[in-house]
Amino acid sequence: MNSNNLQTIYVMWLREMKRFFRAKSRVIGTLAMPFFFLFTMGFGFNSGFSLPGISSNINYIDYLVPGIIGMTMLFTSMSAGISVLWDKEFGFLKEIMVAPVSRVAIVLGRIAGGVTTALIQGILILILSLFMGFKITNPLSILLGVVFMILIGIGFIGFGVAIASIMEDTQGFSLIMQFIIFPIFLLSGTFFPITNFPNWLRPFSYIDPLTYGIDGLRGSLIGFSQFSLVLDLTVLVIFSLAMVVLGAWFFNKTEV
Amino acid sequence: MNIIEVKNLTKEFDGFKAVDNISFDVEEGEIFGLLGPNGAGKTTTIKMLTTLLTPTSGEGRVCGFDILKERDKVRNSIGIVFQEPALDNRLTGRENLDFHARLYELDKKTRQKRIEEVLEMVELKDKADIIVRDYSGGMQRRLEIARGLMHYPKVLFLDEPTLGLDAQTRRHIWDYILKLNQREKITIILTTHYMEEADYLCRRMAIIDFGRIVALDTPENLKNILGGDVISVEVEPAEKAFSAFQKIPWAKKVTQHNGVIDLNCEQGEKKIPLLMKIDQKELGFEIKSISLRKPTLEDVFLHFTGKTIREAEASNNEKNKKRMRRRVRK
Ligand SMILES: Nc1ncnc2c1ncn2[C@@H]1O[C@H](COP(=O)(O)OP(=O)(O)OP(=O)(O)O)[C@@H](O)[C@H]1O
Ligand SMILES: [Mg+2]
Repeated sequence: MNSNNLQTIYVMWLREMKRFFRAKSRVIGTLAMPFFFLFTMGFGFNSGFSLPGISSNINYIDYLVPGIIGMTMLFTSMSAGISVLWDKEFGFLKEIMVAPVSRVAIVLGRIAGGVTTALIQGILILILSLFMGFKITNPLSILLGVVFMILIGIGFIGFGVAIASIMEDTQGFSLIMQFIIFPIFLLSGTFFPITNFPNWLRPFSYIDPLTYGIDGLRGSLIGFSQFSLVLDLTVLVIFSLAMVVLGAWFFNKTEV
Repeated sequence: MNIIEVKNLTKEFDGFKAVDNISFDVEEGEIFGLLGPNGAGKTTTIKMLTTLLTPTSGEGRVCGFDILKERDKVRNSIGIVFQEPALDNRLTGRENLDFHARLYELDKKTRQKRIEEVLEMVELKDKADIIVRDYSGGMQRRLEIARGLMHYPKVLFLDEPTLGLDAQTRRHIWDYILKLNQREKITIILTTHYMEEADYLCRRMAIIDFGRIVALDTPENLKNILGGDVISVEVEPAEKAFSAFQKIPWAKKVTQHNGVIDLNCEQGEKKIPLLMKIDQKELGFEIKSISLRKPTLEDVFLHFTGKTIREAEASNNEKNKKRMRRRVRK
C-alpha cells in the first residue's frame, strides 16, 4: 500500500472523527437502545434466576453484557457503513468519487473511522455495565474482547457499505433495518443461548456471523462460550475479510 | 491548443439518449458555455467529462488525458462544482477545504496557504469556521467554487453555478468566475440555462437541446446569424408601407405581422433617422411608432430550436414526467 492510499484512509478517518465528536446527540441516540436493554434485562433476570442453557454459577448480567456489546457493535457498525447512503443523499459522495484516489482506500478509510467510533461506543457500554455489577475475570481478557469487537465492526461496516452502494436512495432504509439488521441481532444469542431455539430455527443462528462474534466476546470476557474461541475467531476473520472485499467491490461500481 | 476534445460522445439511459453524439473542443484559457433547457443533457455531459459516468460510446480527452483510460490523471487536473450541493454540512467551511486539500495530497504548507487564498478570493474568510449547515445558499456556492480551486486545477467545471441564487449574488459569482479565468488562467466550462449568464461570461458557447448541439460559436456571431438588429415599425396602412420598405437597400429582411413591419439590419440605431426621412405623405402611409431591438440569445435559441427556452423547459419537463411515470410502472 503506497503513501497515497494511506493518506486517503487517514482523511476519511479524520472526517469520521470530526463528525462523531460533533454529533453528541446522535451518539446518545444510538447508545440508548443497548443501554435500555442492558438496564431492563439485566435487572429483570438477575435475582437468583437462571436461564436454561446457562450454567447456574454464571450471573445473568455477566451472560448478558457481552451480548449487549455485540449488539452495540452491530448497530453502530451498520450505521457507519450505511452512512455512504447519506453521503449519496447529501451529494458529498460526488466530491469523494471525483477525487483522484483509490476507491478501495476510501472504503478502508470509512471502515477505519467506523470501527473507531463503534469501538468507542462498545467500550462505553462495557464501562456502564461495570456499574451494573458486570465482573471481568481477567483484565487482559479485555484485549481479546477488543479484537472480537474490531472484527465484528469491520465485517458489518463492510456489509453496510455494500448495501448502501447498491441502494439508490434512503427509501429502503427501514426495510433494511427490519429485515436485515434486526434478524441478525435477534438470532445471534444476545439474550439467551441459541440452543434454546427450536431445531428449525437454529441453522439461521449458525449462519449469523454475529452469533460467533457474541460467543467470542463471551468466551473472552467471562470465560464461557458455546464454540471454541479458535472457531469464533476463524469465522469472524473470514467474515470480515469477505465483507471488506464485497463492500469495496460494490462501492467501486456505484455511480453518482 | 484544445484542452478539452469531445468526439461523438453519447450516453443512453435504458435506451433513451440523454446525450446524443456530441462533438466539440474547448480552447485553453477560454470560458466555454453549454446552454440548454432542463433535461437537455448538460449535466450528463459534464459527468462524463469528469469521469463520474461512463459514456455509452464516443470519446473525450481532458488536458490530453483520455476520460476512460486515464481517469485518475483527468481527476487530478480538474476541479468541479456540481449542480447540487456536495458539501459535508456537518463540517466547517475550512474543514471542507482541508478535507479536499488532503484528498488531493497538498502538503501541509501549501494546504494552509491555499486555503487562505481561496477563502480570500470568495470572501468567506470571516465565515470559515462556521458549520456549513449554517451557510446561506450563496455562501455554500462560493465555498464550493473555492473548493474546486484548491488543488490548482487546469480546468474548472461549473454545473449551473448560479442556479437558484438572487440577482445580486449571481452578479457576484460572475465576477469571481471572470476573475478566476483572468488571474489564475483557468479554463472554465460552465452549463447554464440563463441566457444573460452565457452572454456575459462565455467566449464561446454551444446551444444544446435534446442531447444534441444545435449551434456553437461566440455569442456575438450567434446573434449575427439572425441578421443583426430588428427595427419594428407600426404603420398605417401596413400594405403600402410594406412594399415601400421592401425597396430599402439596407434592410436585409422585411417581414410583416398584424400591422407591424420588422426590418432586419445592422446598426439599427443609425437606420431609424433614415426611416424618418422617407416621404410618408407621398407614399401614402403614416408611421405610428418605431422600436429597435438588439437580438438576444433568446432569439438565437428560438431560431435554432423553434421555441423559447421557457417553452423548451415546459415541454421537456412534461416529457420527463412521462418517462418517470413509465419507469415507475415497470
Ligand atoms: N441516472 C439517470 N437515469 C436515467 N435518466 C437520466 C439519468 N440522469 C439523467 N437522466 C435523463 O437524461 C436527460 C438529461 O439529463 P441532464 O441532467 O443531463 O440534463 P440537464 O441539461 O443537466 O438539465 P437541468 O438543466 O435540469 O440540470 C434527462 O431527460 C434526465 O431525465
Ligand atoms: Mg443539469
